[in-house]
Amino acid sequence: MYKSEVRGPLILGDKNYRQISSDIIAPIDQPIPTWWKAVFGISMLAFLFGLVAIYKTVVEGIGTWGVNNSVGWGWEIINFVWWIGIGHAGTAFSIFLLILRQKWRTSINRAAEAMTVVAVMAAALFPALHMGRVWLAFYIFPYPNTRGPLWVNFNSPLFWDFIAISAYLLISASFWYFGMVPDFATIRDKATSKIKKAVYGFFAFGWTGSSSEWLRYEALSYVLGGIAAVLVVSVHSIVSTDFAVSVIPGWHTTVFPPYFVVGAIFSGFAMVMTLMIIIRKIYKFQDYVTNSHLNAIAKILIFISLIMGTAYATEIFIAWYSGSKYEMFTFFKNRITGDYTFQFWAMVVCNAFIPQLFWFKKVRQNLTIAFIISIFINIGMWYERFNILITSLSKDYLPSSWVTYSPTWVEIGIYIGTIGMFIMGVLLFFKYIPMIAISEVKSVLKVTSLNKKEKIHASHE
Amino acid sequence: MEKKYWKSLEERNNQPDPDIYKEHIPDGKNLLDVINEEISEKSTSRRNFLKFCGFSFATAAIASSCENPVKKAIPYLNKPEEVTPGMASHYATTYFDGAEYSSLVVKVRDGRPIKIEGNELSPLTRGGSTARVQASVLSLYDQEARLKGPAKEGKEMVWQILDNDVKRNLKEISGSGKETILLTSPVTGPSTRKLIGEFIAAFPGMRHVVYEPVSASGMLQANQASFGQAVVPFFRFDKAEVVVSFGADFLGTWIAPAEFAHDYTKMRTLTNGENKLSYHVQYETGLSISGSKADQRFAIKPSATGNLLKGLYNQIAQLAGKPALEGGLAHDSFPGLAKQLWNSKGASLVVCGSNDKDEQIVVNGINGLLENIGKTIDFSRPVLTRQAIDSDFENLVKDFAGGNIAGLIMWNVNPVYDYRNSEALIAGLKSLRFSLSLNSVTDETFEHITYSAPGHHYLESWGDAEAVKGYFSLQQPAIRPIFNTRQPQDSLLKWMGAESDYYTYLKNFWQTEILKAGEAAWAKALQDGVYNTEVEAAAVAFAGEALAAASSAIASRPAVQGFELSLYQNLSMGNGSHTNNPWLMEMPDPVSKVCWDNFAAISPASASALRLTKGGMVKINGLDIPVLIQPGQADETISIALGYGHTSFGKVANGVGVNAYKLASYDNGSRQFSIAGITPEKVAGEYKLASTQMHHSMEGRPIVRETVLASYLQSPDSGNELHAEFEKKHVTLYKETEFKGHHWGVAIDLNKCIGCSSCVIACQAENNVPVVGKEEVMKSRIMHWIRIDRYYNGEETNPEVVFQPLMCQHCDNAPCENVCPVSATNHSSEGLNQMAYNRCVGTKYCINNCPYKVRRFNWFRYATNDKFDYNMNTDLGRMVLNPDVTVRERGVVEKCSLCVQRIQEKKLLAKNEGRPLMDGEIVPACAQACPSNAIVFGDMNDPESRISKLFQDPRNYHLLEELHTLPSVGYLTLVRNKPEVEA
Repeated sequence: MYKSEVRGPLILGDKNYRQISSDIIAPIDQPIPTWWKAVFGISMLAFLFGLVAIYKTVVEGIGTWGVNNSVGWGWEIINFVWWIGIGHAGTAFSIFLLILRQKWRTSINRAAEAMTVVAVMAAALFPALHMGRVWLAFYIFPYPNTRGPLWVNFNSPLFWDFIAISAYLLISASFWYFGMVPDFATIRDKATSKIKKAVYGFFAFGWTGSSSEWLRYEALSYVLGGIAAVLVVSVHSIVSTDFAVSVIPGWHTTVFPPYFVVGAIFSGFAMVMTLMIIIRKIYKFQDYVTNSHLNAIAKILIFISLIMGTAYATEIFIAWYSGSKYEMFTFFKNRITGDYTFQFWAMVVCNAFIPQLFWFKKVRQNLTIAFIISIFINIGMWYERFNILITSLSKDYLPSSWVTYSPTWVEIGIYIGTIGMFIMGVLLFFKYIPMIAISEVKSVLKVTSLNKKEKIHASHE
Repeated sequence: MEKKYWKSLEERNNQPDPDIYKEHIPDGKNLLDVINEEISEKSTSRRNFLKFCGFSFATAAIASSCENPVKKAIPYLNKPEEVTPGMASHYATTYFDGAEYSSLVVKVRDGRPIKIEGNELSPLTRGGSTARVQASVLSLYDQEARLKGPAKEGKEMVWQILDNDVKRNLKEISGSGKETILLTSPVTGPSTRKLIGEFIAAFPGMRHVVYEPVSASGMLQANQASFGQAVVPFFRFDKAEVVVSFGADFLGTWIAPAEFAHDYTKMRTLTNGENKLSYHVQYETGLSISGSKADQRFAIKPSATGNLLKGLYNQIAQLAGKPALEGGLAHDSFPGLAKQLWNSKGASLVVCGSNDKDEQIVVNGINGLLENIGKTIDFSRPVLTRQAIDSDFENLVKDFAGGNIAGLIMWNVNPVYDYRNSEALIAGLKSLRFSLSLNSVTDETFEHITYSAPGHHYLESWGDAEAVKGYFSLQQPAIRPIFNTRQPQDSLLKWMGAESDYYTYLKNFWQTEILKAGEAAWAKALQDGVYNTEVEAAAVAFAGEALAAASSAIASRPAVQGFELSLYQNLSMGNGSHTNNPWLMEMPDPVSKVCWDNFAAISPASASALRLTKGGMVKINGLDIPVLIQPGQADETISIALGYGHTSFGKVANGVGVNAYKLASYDNGSRQFSIAGITPEKVAGEYKLASTQMHHSMEGRPIVRETVLASYLQSPDSGNELHAEFEKKHVTLYKETEFKGHHWGVAIDLNKCIGCSSCVIACQAENNVPVVGKEEVMKSRIMHWIRIDRYYNGEETNPEVVFQPLMCQHCDNAPCENVCPVSATNHSSEGLNQMAYNRCVGTKYCINNCPYKVRRFNWFRYATNDKFDYNMNTDLGRMVLNPDVTVRERGVVEKCSLCVQRIQEKKLLAKNEGRPLMDGEIVPACAQACPSNAIVFGDMNDPESRISKLFQDPRNYHLLEELHTLPSVGYLTLVRNKPEVEA
């Protein structure tokens, strides 16, 4: 069996299996801490504010937003793409690293997947809400109906979107859930209260931990992983076709699918980093989420940031190279310069330049700076979507229709609401679900921890 | 003889069956008595109690569950001959609001007029109409502003009492030797003119004064002096090869714009083998649509007009070998222009919008030199819509103070609003013993008069008009009076004690004096709406002595310095008598693109001199008014539109903008709308104007393609070379759609489009387009299905202006169609891009993906919503809605359908009649309203159709054709008659 002497241990602190279980389950057993309640309360308020905004939107109409006859999509689609991007990380993280046999993923994948599920749920809210007649949203389902020959339009990227997102949500959630089954069983076994035993027992699916179960479990992970890997690429490629299929300058470009997928992974990884730094700090999981984990994420971020920079440069180059005066205008007069200069440069600086600081080992190891950079990346990615949407729509072909766009409190409210929803979801995850995949971490303990041969042996009960 | 069957002997003998009721109910008792007895006789057993309880509860339950109001749709038992539900009837009638004339055909659906169309039989308007005329149908249903019945001091009364009061008052005043004034707007109806004569004769001491807020008084006086005739001649723009206008917006608001627009564009036709392009030079202060269409435009200060006219006169006089006038200003353009004018002697036209007598005399002098009188200036067919001499009303206001006037009857005038000095007028009105208004709507004057005898809306009225001598037209009601109003002519007849009603009077008058024929001719005239008679050629000669006097009067004027004010009528509001019309209020001014306000237009240089910025306010003679920095505005001038700033004219008009009439002055016998020596000051405060276009340059994009005449004559596709280039690249991987039957398309001649926006309002009326209000317009959410894009080109001091009407382009390769997830927008087999509102879920993807940005989203529910309290929020206001067009729900996308309901109607008609559709049979609302025939609709599959020919024209191109959207709308390049070739 391969033992890495070079890469260092994945789990620190001379843990044994029992310690791992109890360390990770600890937050579930302990009473709810005050900070948790406070943050939950605040995010609940944010969520309620979002509900008010949603109520206003549905009852009065999309007119309560700032969108207009030229800029038909505003914050709602920016936020949709942003959340989908964030929701990318989890699955991408788990699956690509699973397929690539990167053992260090085990400490992080559970949180990343949880984040995915919540973020995709937040994202899915927007396409529904941005419909003028949300009560007829079911028209978009291709089901046999009595409305004659009317059927969905298979040419429309929005329909692809609907299929891609629902498939992605389904597979991500299943992947996440099936990964948790052994851990639920662990909690069930350790639980002292009857209710807890019953609840976790229900979710554990009667897991006993037999070899045949493990065998099937592994097989299922790889099968789901295989499917999900395709979806990770497809979902954001398809989201990008919402733009790429159109005729609008700045949207109509073939670079979008890879550019969007990479961008999504970028923002997702940044969000994973944000979250892991928090988990590690609050729950003292330094031994599981080690510096080397964060180091690895930071290195990936540098790489993706370079891809992002290249993508931005490519877009600009192609706009010039195409000779299309409309494309030229969008990129040179309405992004690099013009009304939306700030948003463009915020995007470039946050996504292409700031992450380059990770080249320095000191930066990678300073968690405060890493945390700040990860936040910057998410801000940058938000601005990226703002740039794509608003600059292209606000000034497209006919100057007579050029407008500016600014959001109303309703749009901002819905965004705040989804942030509240996300934080609430994440907090619930902290509290009721093992944040780190116990079984998977155990599986990497043996193979990667140094000098633990005897202890491992001794710890077997 | 019909057989009669009988059931019983009793019935046969016609006797009632005696036993039929007896069995159940005792004699002489009704059901309630029986129940009463039943109850009182029997002791209330438990069983009975429960029975009654059960009955009551059941009754209550049934009664309460039937709360929903029952709306009854009752079919006709006996169908009226003319009304078929679902089929429209059309009636010819006439519009004349005191300033503007139009011969019309009214479309009536199920008894209610819903749409105004121009009458193509009219030799004047020839089917065209202006935006104000198009919108007038909505005023019929103005629940709030229209007067509901006769009233005294605001209290309702019955007609009979009012009639008695009026008669008594008029007689008493007449008897006391005092005067009663009949104050009206210009009266064009020959029968009404006669009637007014008789009415005045019936009451000695009564006189008739004509009042117009914006008159042609200066021109009338000038023509009196120059030609001995105080009339406005008809200007024959269709014969003018060179047109020079000094501040006359003849395509927009001056004298008879719909007529002039038609004639003017006739001389600017480069299609169907015609090669006419007149040369048009405009000297003006503010940028008007006439100035925008001009081949050369120069911004001048209003005070310079007189001297510039003299300068031009002198240049031409030099060529003519006539003595020059003393003084006069030279202008760089004059030597060339004078030559051009001289070369087109007898086929040129110089017009001037000034209301100054002396300036108009110089204009007459110029036209005299150019031998235009009798050729392009037709005195044999004078325009009769302009009658007021301003001094009459000025004197009247003075006379009020004299005390000799005791009575006033006002008809279709609102002087408290539009007279410059309303305080003096109000004081005068208060001194009157008797005052009465025949106006049909509430207005500012209404509060200051005693009696109100409201007249009908014109669509409820009988009447006639003679807008131009010899061209008669009839007005007939298209609906029964909605309110308890009475035709003013009927009132006059009643008060003078005549037996007949006005209809009989009118018919008699026409049959005896105009038609000189019987019933058949009357019916024909009524059906056609128009009747023309020959007129004698007028022999007029220009009197030279008037010119010398005018010239010296102009020379003796003191030189003026500093800022000058120019008050103008804009296209939507005109003189302000339709301000309460929400369609007009929301119609963007084609040049400034602003709606819902008037503003102080100021040139960029003057704005920076005064440190004024966009969104700022300026104070002019005590009025605070928002600033609009207007390219093309003459430096050191400010233009303000009239017609705004109403205070009690209805909820739409009230408080919108400022009333610029109060800035007008009176000088040289006429009201002056150009005032020198004002001192505008910047004032604190911010004010946002609602503009529908934020960006004004084409950014070098080939959107409006234009060329100059010389290049066009060399190669007709000049300026449009791109079209051939893109056509060459027309390839596709996909199978191209074939349109086997019809393939509808629209061709728009940019040379003919004058930007007047009557298509915008026609479309709004036809397609139930909602009004959204200023706030929503500011958010770029105006709902118009057709808009006029306006671009500036060149120097900001005097830019070239182009207009481009833009509706859905009905692309055969439409970007909107493939992105809709639910196929709500799709392509018809006839090439129409259609919207299925029921299917639309409102993703707005189509809006984004439309490169023309013509799609509109229903951001809110615009009908029956108190937040949008315009015409769609009352039962009466909704009467104007076209039942053939769905009122869109909130959350759906809408756009131009090329009036698919009209296409369908005519297709069915042709099918029923078993004949092929004819070219030109289907006319969408925009094309119908266009006074210059710039919009042509037709079948591209028919090689003989007008549109097929226009699409073959080398000038034709499609907007953004490089995107390969394959639009069904084509544009014909703009050709300017400019000497120099654009670089």
